[in-house]
Amino acid sequence: MNKNLERIYNGIIKENPVFIMMLGMCPALAVSTSVTNALGMGACTIAVLVISNIVISLVRKIIPDEVRLPAFIVIVASFVTVVELIMKAYFVELNASLGVYIPLIVVNCIILGRAEAYASKNPPLLSAMDGIGMGLGFTFGLVCIAFFRELFGNGTLCGVQIMPESFQPVALLIKAPGAFLVLGFIVMVMNALHIKTEANRRVESAGCEAGCAACGVSDKENCEKKEAKA
Amino acid sequence: MSGETSLIMIIIGAALINNVVLSQFLGICSFLGVSSQIKNSAGLGGAVIFVITIASAVANLLYTFILSPLGLDYLQTIVFIIVIAALVQIVEMFLKKTMPALYKALGIYLPLITTNCAVLGVALNNVTGGYNFIQSVVAGFGTGVGYTIAIVLLAGIREQIEDNDIPAPIKGAPIVLFAATLMGMAFYGFSTLG
Repeated sequence: MNKNLERIYNGIIKENPVFIMMLGMCPALAVSTSVTNALGMGACTIAVLVISNIVISLVRKIIPDEVRLPAFIVIVASFVTVVELIMKAYFVELNASLGVYIPLIVVNCIILGRAEAYASKNPPLLSAMDGIGMGLGFTFGLVCIAFFRELFGNGTLCGVQIMPESFQPVALLIKAPGAFLVLGFIVMVMNALHIKTEANRRVESAGCEAGCAACGVSDKENCEKKEAKA
Repeated sequence: MSGETSLIMIIIGAALINNVVLSQFLGICSFLGVSSQIKNSAGLGGAVIFVITIASAVANLLYTFILSPLGLDYLQTIVFIIVIAALVQIVEMFLKKTMPALYKALGIYLPLITTNCAVLGVALNNVTGGYNFIQSVVAGFGTGVGYTIAIVLLAGIREQIEDNDIPAPIKGAPIVLFAATLMGMAFYGFSTLG
């Protein structure tokens, strides 16, 4: 398969950030109350992910190794601010419903994770493809969760009434606990189909105390070293 | 008197009603990742309370005295994340020198906090909510307490069910998510307090 297409396939299916890697959980659970929100959040994340991946890849040889994480954070934060301002100017309604989760894209583990794991080691075009793949995978995951929450919790999809009038919406699903419930069910089905998730491996082994290693990129290396020793 | 009441309401609101983990979904990564033992969760919770409280104070001062007067509000995301990252480093060095015992207890959890979205989330929410200095610090503290309550409770549940006979597909992540669902429903009951 073409190398560029392979990156996209990898992002959407093989290393899907939401279901397989279990990264970026905060926005995935918080804004998945409706499909519209999920698509909006996905689009913002793709934009930030692709641009920051390209820029980080371009400057990867200039940045000294010791300060690379702070440098990455500043680059990502700059583009998040750009996206935030665009949202405020042109998508007022969507911006209001996504609220604080737009600036919080900065601490989305997926973005810093891809910067560290991929963009800082590969040329710009491949990094851009990786960003698109991961971004689409994240959006796919968000939309999956939002689909079930909106359809059964509110009887609508993208705000359009789908379920018949007689359908009694399960209000719990669009409330906060519903997010955990839907994700739990999706992962359960995946387990039943023997699709191994990264998080499960982590929970089972529990060897690496930094279960958040995925988030705390800085700690990832230490964590891997520890595992290698053990 | 009304001032005191509202501060208490801010703490209860931040810790229970709008629990940072269970209703705002901030800090989920560490909530699911570092909750297998009560001891570790409590350590992380302590570190989070500590850092969030200081970060809220610093972020509020920066916003009120530098960003806002200069009309640089739009830089808040960048400034806050840098401040938090630097703060975590400083807190780590400071504790190491002055309070070795506390450092030993919190040490390994401190670096993880930079990427904990709860810290940045509270700083941003304080600005949006128009809180003054005292209110920001109290809201930060309350949020940290809420985080600790949630993660310690989840760790307690996980310790209890560790040796249970759980059906294979639900083992691992799903059972933890289901436990979180039930906790979320319980905490949802607090919403009537507000």
